[in-house]
Amino acid sequence: MAPQPLEDSTCMLSPADIPAPSPEPRPDFRPRSPLNQAVGLGLAALARLLAGASVRWIASQPDTCQRVYFANHTSHLDALVIWASLPRSIRDVTRPVAAKDYWSRGIVRRWLAQEVFDAILIDRTDIKVHQSPVDIMLREAGTARSLIVFPEGSRSITGEVGEFKSGLYYLAKKRPEIELVPVHIDNLNRVLPRGEFLPVPLLSCISFGPPLWLERGEAKLDFLARARRAVLALKE
Amino acid sequence: MTDNRTIALVAGVLALLTAATAVGQFLRRHPDRGLDLAAIRTFNSRLRGWWILCTVLAAAFWLGTTATVVLFGLVSFWALREFITLTPTRKGDHRALFWVFVAFTPIHYVLVGLNRYDIFSVFLPVYATLFVLARVAFAGDYKRFLERTAKIQAGLVVCVYCPSFAPALLQLDIPGAEHPGGNFRLLFFLILLVQFADCMQYVWSRMLGHRLVAPAVSSNRTWEGLLGSCTSTALLAAALWWAAPPFQLWQATLAGFVVAAMGFAGGMTMSAIKRDRGVKDYGTLVVGHGGVLDRIDSMCFAAPVFYHITLLVTGIKP
Repeated sequence: MAPQPLEDSTCMLSPADIPAPSPEPRPDFRPRSPLNQAVGLGLAALARLLAGASVRWIASQPDTCQRVYFANHTSHLDALVIWASLPRSIRDVTRPVAAKDYWSRGIVRRWLAQEVFDAILIDRTDIKVHQSPVDIMLREAGTARSLIVFPEGSRSITGEVGEFKSGLYYLAKKRPEIELVPVHIDNLNRVLPRGEFLPVPLLSCISFGPPLWLERGEAKLDFLARARRAVLALKE
Repeated sequence: MTDNRTIALVAGVLALLTAATAVGQFLRRHPDRGLDLAAIRTFNSRLRGWWILCTVLAAAFWLGTTATVVLFGLVSFWALREFITLTPTRKGDHRALFWVFVAFTPIHYVLVGLNRYDIFSVFLPVYATLFVLARVAFAGDYKRFLERTAKIQAGLVVCVYCPSFAPALLQLDIPGAEHPGGNFRLLFFLILLVQFADCMQYVWSRMLGHRLVAPAVSSNRTWEGLLGSCTSTALLAAALWWAAPPFQLWQATLAGFVVAAMGFAGGMTMSAIKRDRGVKDYGTLVVGHGGVLDRIDSMCFAAPVFYHITLLVTGIKP
């Protein structure tokens, strides 16, 4: 699944403007049709099988409370495999954040993104002042849905975890009560490297770590470095 | 249908497992006997593994030859996944690996299932090798070329080619034995010997072992363990020679001896690979998966040699 770069855009509100009150509570579990549910279950099982994903929760528990899962980005399969690694009840409340230019092209992709994964599609090319990606994500998340994001912005070529873009910081700033759960993805870049379209069924490992929050008065760069370290710590 | 020898073999194995389980549970409930608790735990978890192994094998045997070939094919596929995951590859290997997984491995097992010894005996060692060499060259990345292609080739031979000789035993036309009942007994004989040799290697190394074969590779495999394992396995094979159709007493004994030696060699080889990779990242990845490769390393080395010994000493044609 294509990444949503959490760009540091100029349209971002300055911290002083913030605590934007959370929008109307929207317990919007748009009921999915049985077909879409079945396709979702099938794809999740297929993704886990193909990627040989072993799932570890390290000092952390699966929970349906509102969370932002942030992970290193290594492959097109990342979002799908993280989504598939979550228990089904959590998967139903979790929405991957993906790029609109990639996922709204063609009927199948649009259907998968909108109806099966219930992804939040962000337009990377058209970022408006009143429509920053972070605002869209928070509006779409409401007060109940969790998100899957990739703060590096793009897939790493070497497998190293790059610097985090600042979107994660603004998410945490605007909604400080949301749990931010670090996720480390190991070996998926070998299953489906950049520029390849046929996967090799190797074994991968998805590690979920303990949630973290933005500390009071924590500087942006400090927070982003801490979040990145939290992902790296799961590598062992 | 089922003859007396099969019944005797199954009953014997069941009795042995039940007795061992009873002993294991007794020791677990009475931890005050001054025995090593960790050893008891290992013993009990090993026993659980054998129960699972026997159940799966019984199910596959009952379903027939094709099901058994498919079972071994799946195990091979999983072992190859672990092997390649443990081995660093480069992006230029991706397409070659794709075909290795989705074409060469399944096709090889189809050939085994079709009893095409003439093709399957060369399909992976020759054709897959040529393909991998050429495909990696075509991908345009020449860095450490021979090393990379050798890794893929080693994975294919150890994880796929070698273990496939075990189900290939089911295709042999054994004079004087019913088909496939006699063949299943022969395959079970091999698996039993491999498991027993593993066990004996551990026991003898613990009891008498002090001369390590290669301390840097394995800290518990000793020459005493090797010798003890070969001797005890040869004795077991001699005691069970009636269960393995084509063999006379001396042939079964020889097979037992060689299977134990090859199993030991397989364990050493996998230890060397794991030691080499152990300092790096993906060690934990496979450990979390329970390690199919750890379980079948002895079988990988023993199966082809057992197969060819069977052909050699009995004069059976493949």
